[in-house]
Amino acid sequence: MAGTMGRPTLRHYRPITPYLFVAPFVVLLLTFLVFPAIFGVWISLHNWDFMLPGKPWVGLQNYIDLFDSASVIFHPFWNGMKNTFLFVLISVPFLVSIPLLLSLLLNKKFPGRTFFRAIIFTPFVLGVAVVGVLFGYLFDPEVGLVNGLLSGLGIGKIAWLTSQPQAWITILITTIWWTIGFNAVIFLAGLQSLPEQLYEAAELDGAGRWGKFRHITIPGLRNVFIFVLTTTILASANLFGQPYLLTHGGPGDSTTTAIMAMTNEGLRGFRMGTAAAMSYLLALVLALVSIANFLLMRERK
Amino acid sequence: MTTTTTPIYVDEESAPRQNGGAPHRRRAYSRTRVGPLTYVAMTLISLIFVLPLVWMLLTTFKTESDARSIPIRIMPSEWTLRAYKLIFADAANPVYLWLVNSFAVSVLHMLLVLVVASTAAYALSRMRFVGRNVLFGVLIATLFVPGFIFFMPNYLTMSTLGWLDSYWALVVPGAANAFGVFFLRQFFLAIPRELEESALIDGANSWTIFTRIVLPLSKPALVTLAVLSFLGAWNDFVWPVFVLFSPDKMTLAPGLATLQGAYTTDYPVVMAGAAMAAIPVLILYVVVQRYVIEGVANSGLKG
Repeated sequence: MAGTMGRPTLRHYRPITPYLFVAPFVVLLLTFLVFPAIFGVWISLHNWDFMLPGKPWVGLQNYIDLFDSASVIFHPFWNGMKNTFLFVLISVPFLVSIPLLLSLLLNKKFPGRTFFRAIIFTPFVLGVAVVGVLFGYLFDPEVGLVNGLLSGLGIGKIAWLTSQPQAWITILITTIWWTIGFNAVIFLAGLQSLPEQLYEAAELDGAGRWGKFRHITIPGLRNVFIFVLTTTILASANLFGQPYLLTHGGPGDSTTTAIMAMTNEGLRGFRMGTAAAMSYLLALVLALVSIANFLLMRERK
Repeated sequence: MTTTTTPIYVDEESAPRQNGGAPHRRRAYSRTRVGPLTYVAMTLISLIFVLPLVWMLLTTFKTESDARSIPIRIMPSEWTLRAYKLIFADAANPVYLWLVNSFAVSVLHMLLVLVVASTAAYALSRMRFVGRNVLFGVLIATLFVPGFIFFMPNYLTMSTLGWLDSYWALVVPGAANAFGVFFLRQFFLAIPRELEESALIDGANSWTIFTRIVLPLSKPALVTLAVLSFLGAWNDFVWPVFVLFSPDKMTLAPGLATLQGAYTTDYPVVMAGAAMAAIPVLILYVVVQRYVIEGVANSGLKG
């Protein structure tokens, strides 16, 4: 054998073989990720009205318009950004803390825990469309189950979908029900990768339950926690389906998110130049979140 | 983000035996026996997740007035298939076609992902070539770019290719995804090279090694990726809402939005449509639950 480490560098393929293997994927990568990432910038520098034959160059005007309170896109864009930010703010604490508690509960050894884990994860395998129409029915103010149960408790009719803050609460509850299984499973995997010896050693040193949690579990989960926090912020910033199906962005435009504002502009109004500019601005904000996460993870190592 | 570690599994019994890595026999915090209180708590929590789905299914068998009755009526006063008959007879909202479309799109997408991700992952885990590092760099960069920036340019690409309002808009662009490549590469790296070397001595070429040795050994990872891609395509919502227009080209996810618009408060019909979209993935989930959860659990431990 050629190598000493059991990793011989025996070359068993022709020089062209690796390229043949990666070619199908690379073609897709170039066509649907690399090219559009650049082409999108090009679109954003034009008055790219899909319906018009001419697409005049406008330079940075689309970006300037987003910051110009006199332009027609100013209000929809910043309203969407504001609503998206609000949803991130109200949803992330629940979407991280509830799964963490669930995972601690599931991390005990008891018969049936894989079953419970599977149950909790179930809503996540459904699409937002199913979840959206189902919760639209549950929260229907006239005939929905929620108001039906509340009226049994003597509570009057609540307009879950057409007034604020109820509309946000409905979207929040729907999102919690739909997605917390995902984060719970990730936290649980993190908990189970913590070596049991650490806990045993801590016990010998006289650590109590809280001591073990504070000094082993929390530091051990650090990276998993940052991962969950980041993916959850990004997922909440991508909010679309729940308000699209539950509130149609309303009441008024109070639940119209950034993605909804962008798709309204670009894929309904076909003003793709401004929509592309909107997408890059939102992406920039989200990239800062990702980079902060990356640096946080690195710092530790 | 990319690591060269062996895949980490939640359930040690399903970890590949041949990968040589120590099975993860670690269970933290687990020696306390749980009392009945835990079961009560877990059962109540489980009900929160299950009852809305039961409610959805019950509603599909109700008459419209049962579904609207105040006070709430839990069981149907008469069991009826009216909702299912309606959605299968409605020419403006051909739910049976959406079901077929959803299956076709999801299976085609899944197959495409398996082919392109596994071949690329194999080259990236076993071969050295000029451009390899560039490809890695681009793959990692895509992980930091949110999907919505591709909406406008890819919409124009779909229009140019004539793919708007067709299966291809849902099958192909989404397959350009780094996740599958990284996921499979990690698994391939854990397969001992000795197996491939002995085949090499027997005169096998790269393709034979890949299809006869590497792929069969990677069955758990391939199943996981297949299921996740199928679910991804089946449940995809934002993109199909905008690239599909004709009633006969819809898939179930965007179709449900139009069904909701057409039947507003005839909830048995809307819930029957939702059940059509939910039941196939719920069945799939029951069968391959372990693979889905492991795939997700893995993604969190990569960092």
